[in-house]
Amino acid sequence: MKFLRVKNITMQFGGLLAVDNLSFHVDKGEIVSLIGPNGAGKTTVFNVLTGVYKVTAGSMEFKGEKLEGKTPQEIVALGISRTFQNPRLFPKMRVIENVLIGTHIRTKYNFFDGLLRTKRFQYEEAEKTVRAIKILESIGLYEYMNSYAGSLPYGAQRKLEIARAMATDAELLLLDEPAAGMNPTETEELLRFIRELRDRGFTILLIEHDMKVVMNISDRIYVLDHGKLIAHGTPNEIVNNQRVIEAYLGGERKHAKN
Amino acid sequence: MEAFLVAIINGLALGMAYALIAVGYSMVFGVLRLINFSHGTIYAFGAYMVYFFVSLKFGLFPAILLSIISSGLLALLIDKVALEPLRKKESIPIATLITTVGVSFIIQNFLSIEYIFTSEKKGFPSLNLFGSIIIGNITIQSSQIIMFFVAIVLLAILTFLVNKTKLGLAMRATEQNIKAAKLMGIDVNSVISFTFFIGGASAAIAGALISGYYQIISPTMGSLIGLKAFSAAVVGGIGVLYGSVVGGLVVGVSECIAAQYLGSNVRDPMAFVILIIILLIKPTGLFGKKGISKV
Amino acid sequence: MNKTNIGKNSLLYNLEHFFDRYKVIFAVVFGIAAFSVPFLGLSRVTLRLLTMISLYTMLGMGLNVLIGYTGQVSLGHAGFYAIGAYVCALLQVDAGWSFWPALLAGGIFSAFVGFLLGLPSMRLSGTYLSIVTLGFGEVVLMILKQWESVTYGNYGIRNIPKPKLFGFTFDLQNGGFYIIILVLTILTGIFCTLIRNSKTGRAFLAIKEDEFAAIMMGINTSKYKILAFVISAFITGIAGGFYSVINNGYIEPTNFTFNISVLMLSVVIVGGLGTIRGMVCGAALLILFPEVFRFLQQWRFVIYGVLLVLMMQFRPQGILGWQSTLPYRLTKQTRKELEKLNLLPDEVKTPKAQGRGEYEIFKG
Repeated sequence: MKFLRVKNITMQFGGLLAVDNLSFHVDKGEIVSLIGPNGAGKTTVFNVLTGVYKVTAGSMEFKGEKLEGKTPQEIVALGISRTFQNPRLFPKMRVIENVLIGTHIRTKYNFFDGLLRTKRFQYEEAEKTVRAIKILESIGLYEYMNSYAGSLPYGAQRKLEIARAMATDAELLLLDEPAAGMNPTETEELLRFIRELRDRGFTILLIEHDMKVVMNISDRIYVLDHGKLIAHGTPNEIVNNQRVIEAYLGGERKHAKN
Repeated sequence: MEAFLVAIINGLALGMAYALIAVGYSMVFGVLRLINFSHGTIYAFGAYMVYFFVSLKFGLFPAILLSIISSGLLALLIDKVALEPLRKKESIPIATLITTVGVSFIIQNFLSIEYIFTSEKKGFPSLNLFGSIIIGNITIQSSQIIMFFVAIVLLAILTFLVNKTKLGLAMRATEQNIKAAKLMGIDVNSVISFTFFIGGASAAIAGALISGYYQIISPTMGSLIGLKAFSAAVVGGIGVLYGSVVGGLVVGVSECIAAQYLGSNVRDPMAFVILIIILLIKPTGLFGKKGISKV
Repeated sequence: MNKTNIGKNSLLYNLEHFFDRYKVIFAVVFGIAAFSVPFLGLSRVTLRLLTMISLYTMLGMGLNVLIGYTGQVSLGHAGFYAIGAYVCALLQVDAGWSFWPALLAGGIFSAFVGFLLGLPSMRLSGTYLSIVTLGFGEVVLMILKQWESVTYGNYGIRNIPKPKLFGFTFDLQNGGFYIIILVLTILTGIFCTLIRNSKTGRAFLAIKEDEFAAIMMGINTSKYKILAFVISAFITGIAGGFYSVINNGYIEPTNFTFNISVLMLSVVIVGGLGTIRGMVCGAALLILFPEVFRFLQQWRFVIYGVLLVLMMQFRPQGILGWQSTLPYRLTKQTRKELEKLNLLPDEVKTPKAQGRGEYEIFKG
């Protein structure tokens, strides 16, 4: 049983075919990247996986469970969490609260527990808050804990999104262009951080344009163009693939360091 | 059977007048994606302006004309003074909503003030200009005929304006994509101002027509009618001009039929009931298009 | 552009931290002052003003749960106010109930209606929802006027008895009304704070900030939006029940018009959206204003409208609606655990002011 298996999915919006008969899989503990020119349908794949769109055709399975037809909340509960191309934080809430929102789905106490401050509330609230702070510390945002998310510098915001996704206790993280807008130093840090995430047991599916990141960190790469899969393999295989080079011609082409 | 016909006739006439108000909501929503809460009170303001000018011994038609102009200007003023600054600041949507609520509050209560018009109902000159037409047992008042045809003519003019003139083209462009319209050299702020003016003017005309039929005005008439016209706009598909016409007729006719067979108490909530139903079944209305937003 | 970068030595920062440090003392002082009011020999007028301020603070808090926490703007809250008032009054006048259970019943019934009104919120948002709430307010008003067999129509309900407890009758002069509403308001404040600082409150705020992101983080936003309606309606209903007994024993439909809905809205918006201190400020302002400017009585509501418009232009967050510079409040147990792990952020009490900080990553 594959950790994440996507079979022949098609996503059609009226006349627009955003994803065309796509199949791929991710094994537990892997870091897999989805790359391709802009508009290739990568974020649509994320949206389909997380239940934002109802897939037109095809099937998706995560840890043996069907994903089609599930609500986004159910999918988070299964263990898949994501970040966004442009950060969608809760800007007027503090950093710690943003991460605590991530823990919401695993927090079992109910409204009355909160109101009456029962033992259950005390225990879980402490447990989740400690966990959130630990995550912040590990990602380097500890000192921003009490800041408002909206006031964070861009790089920190992107990290906060990842922290929030981590807090959902996800096993599979979908990161949508995590390196966007980062300078080389930050990108290095991000690389290290993603590797560390993997070491800690997260499986990662990544959308990225920054080839340095993709080539250095991916176990496998899937290349999309116009919604179709045009190539797939290890970084080495991809970098020499003619179709991939053609697809990127005229668009961005970043050279990968081996 | 006759009762039914009477209800239909009443409903058609009333519905067209609602449509006149509904287009105001529709057009403003079209260009700004904003529901102008104060629109209903402009309708009331229009009716009161006619009353005011008539009491100053103006003739009925000059009074109506002046009311149209002043209502249009009021609507334009609201946009320029209260709404445009918020657009410039890129305020949160709640701010705009609250602003239009505040404006509606100002206008409605202004009309109620003791030495302005008081909160009492006032008699409005009848538009029953050439008596009634009697067909069998059915009486159709001329005020209804006027209401119906004036509204149709105006809506036709408006449709022509929007679809066949350069100005209308500018309006449609602004509706589609405000940034692109600006880049194409369209003075977007003028287009928006004009949209508000037209909305206010048509609301005033509706004010004259409906008040000429019922012959009563009161300061709070704006809220209820505003709600009904809003329902009409939503039913038809807010942002779609001909939708407002259909919506107006739907609301007008249902209201009259309900009043005929279920009693007059049901008349007013009817529009609200229709609104709820449409919002729950097809929020984009009968003719509205659903946009796909990128995530 | 955000304005949350408050320097460590700004006035706001110092003020807030000062009040926070001595909050127990301030609370005690306030408590003593507030509860001693009935014994100060104040005039009827003053007592009534204080009672109304407290009442509108409570109403503001109720509406705030909907607007300030989940971002759903209700323009028909007078409807819940009316439901609570009428249920409480009718149970006393027609069914002989005592005030206290009637009050609770009014709140519960109002909460149930809140649930019903909340249902459309699953599919609607923003202005559409607001219009529906407006319609709700109008429909309630209409029912009050038309359903004469139950509500006595325009005639209203008369001879509503004053609350009694163990032989003591609460009224205006003895400060009884004031004490009741004071207690109710304080309880409501505590209630709201407890909710705010729990998973429910966080979910509410997340919905307000970005509902889509909240969904993607696993929050059942429909459930929470409806819950907000229920809580808000409950609080407003209780306030309504209280109102029914303090108005010279008489309530009628015109006590619950759209104007009252907007008044409640103004308390929240003008005072400070989302904050409890804002509710007090807004209530005080809007209750005292017509007293101070009596000659402007006629123009009262026009001015409220102007106030709303001006606030949105120049200070949309409300007078006291600034973002707090105080650190996130940790529960005792959380502190204990963090201390054990040496992660207690005592040095980190202030939001990072500007620019990038240096930090160590991957501290293991």
